[in-house]
Amino acid sequence: MENNRFTGPHVQIRHLDVYYDHQQTLKDINLDIPRNQITVILGPSGCGKTTLLKSINRFLDLSENVQISGQILVDGDDIYDPKIDVIELRKRIGLLAQRPYSLPMSIYDNVAYGMRLHHLCNNKNEMDQRIQHYLEEAGLWSEIKDRLHQPAVGLSVGQQQRLCLARGLAVEPEIILGDEITSALDPISAQHIEKRLLDLKKHYSIVIVTHILRQAKRLADHVIFMYLGEVVEQGPAHEVFNNPREQRTKAYMEGQF
Amino acid sequence: MRQSHLKIRHLEEYIVKVLMVLSLAVVVACAAFILFTILYKGLPALNWAMITQTSSGGYYLGQQGGILNAILGSIYLAGGGTLLALIPGIPLALFLHTDHHDSAWVKLVQLSLDTLTGIPSIVYGAFGFTIMVALRLRASLLAGIITLAFLELPILTRAINEVIRMVPEELEHASLGLGATVLETKIQVVVRQILPGLITAVQLAFGRAIGDAASVLFTAGYTDRIPVSLFQPVASLPLAVFYQMNTPFPAVQQRAYASALLLTLIVLVISLGSRLLSARLSRFIIK
Repeated sequence: MENNRFTGPHVQIRHLDVYYDHQQTLKDINLDIPRNQITVILGPSGCGKTTLLKSINRFLDLSENVQISGQILVDGDDIYDPKIDVIELRKRIGLLAQRPYSLPMSIYDNVAYGMRLHHLCNNKNEMDQRIQHYLEEAGLWSEIKDRLHQPAVGLSVGQQQRLCLARGLAVEPEIILGDEITSALDPISAQHIEKRLLDLKKHYSIVIVTHILRQAKRLADHVIFMYLGEVVEQGPAHEVFNNPREQRTKAYMEGQF
Repeated sequence: MRQSHLKIRHLEEYIVKVLMVLSLAVVVACAAFILFTILYKGLPALNWAMITQTSSGGYYLGQQGGILNAILGSIYLAGGGTLLALIPGIPLALFLHTDHHDSAWVKLVQLSLDTLTGIPSIVYGAFGFTIMVALRLRASLLAGIITLAFLELPILTRAINEVIRMVPEELEHASLGLGATVLETKIQVVVRQILPGLITAVQLAFGRAIGDAASVLFTAGYTDRIPVSLFQPVASLPLAVFYQMNTPFPAVQQRAYASALLLTLIVLVISLGSRLLSARLSRFIIK
């Protein structure tokens, strides 16, 4: 991808409609996701946040009976264009799930998995170094450096979420999507993850979904507020939080939903 | 009123507990009784020659030598049959799981597998025999392996399918999200996740095959020699028990119990071995 010259918003969504079993879950979504910032998609449960997130790495393709229309441009390229390779796209756009699922292998192999798939590294020494690097970036290295070859499933849930982060970083994505990534974690682990995201935004564009207002305020540079399948309001965090233009946004901030 | 009702509830609890303990006792007693019988009758006839020599004097009347031909024959037959059944079994189980949960095809395949599981093994024997004749084979190791593979395929596929169904969808998504293809995900993640269950499935199918007499009766034949090619007939432990038991001589009948004891021991060792292996591997699986 030699699209680094593209200087517009990292992701642009235009007139996106999504139907599940003929029921419309996303209605005419138009939004921009800026580069190297944390974008928070905020809204009550069931408002289509997760569907929106999964449309960006084409995870919606995995469900049956889904109809999608409209455009999603990543670096200016429409990702629903038949010429786009989904495998390549998912390498560029990592997804962290709500509940971390480690792969059934050692901690080391979890991080190595994606690198091996994409042949990113063929040399054992370099592989060791990179694995250390990504585990450090995810803030997990110091805790597990002596048991790299133990099963990943032996880690705590919070550690597994950071392992999933390291595993995602290892395939060298440009964008990281996160779906309520701290909701299964204890407060300390959640803090760990939030801190990592704030460090990582220098190199990645990050999009996370949450319904926790306080978390959104801690992390967001850019906010998208959704309600019932629509984007109600979007803009820089300080504007949306301090001077919401829409009545519904204001109501949500005040805890009315 | 409430007091008496409470009494009835406690009584129910008690009756069910007693029933459970009784069922447990029946199972344990059966196993113990069978084991005791073959130990009691077979142990005196069991000696070193029995497991290191082939039979001499004919399998029907021979009182000398051993049953190495049947021990090895059974391992070849069941091992070969299991390997052969795995070749279509794993892809079939994966197919039954992938994307097509509700299709008419999947339902048809599952109905066929369930029916095949219930068919008596003598029918597989007769079926194997017709295939053998059609292929112009004679009773041989190969014909026996093919017949046992048919016998094992439904057991194996159903057992593997059950384990695959337990694999969380999110686990596959985790791999797909990193840019893996569906095939890479199945082979590198799903197969690894089901490995302990796969071993149990293989052990079940192998156990069924090694203990089956009827399906190898017409297809594998019987011989005093150890086969050196796939096209030679081969002896098996269940048939050794069958032939030896049918002789009029108590000494040979006793050898039948020794053969049964050896068969039981082989199954026991394989079960224990697969349990150990499966326990080691399940350290890695995601719950």
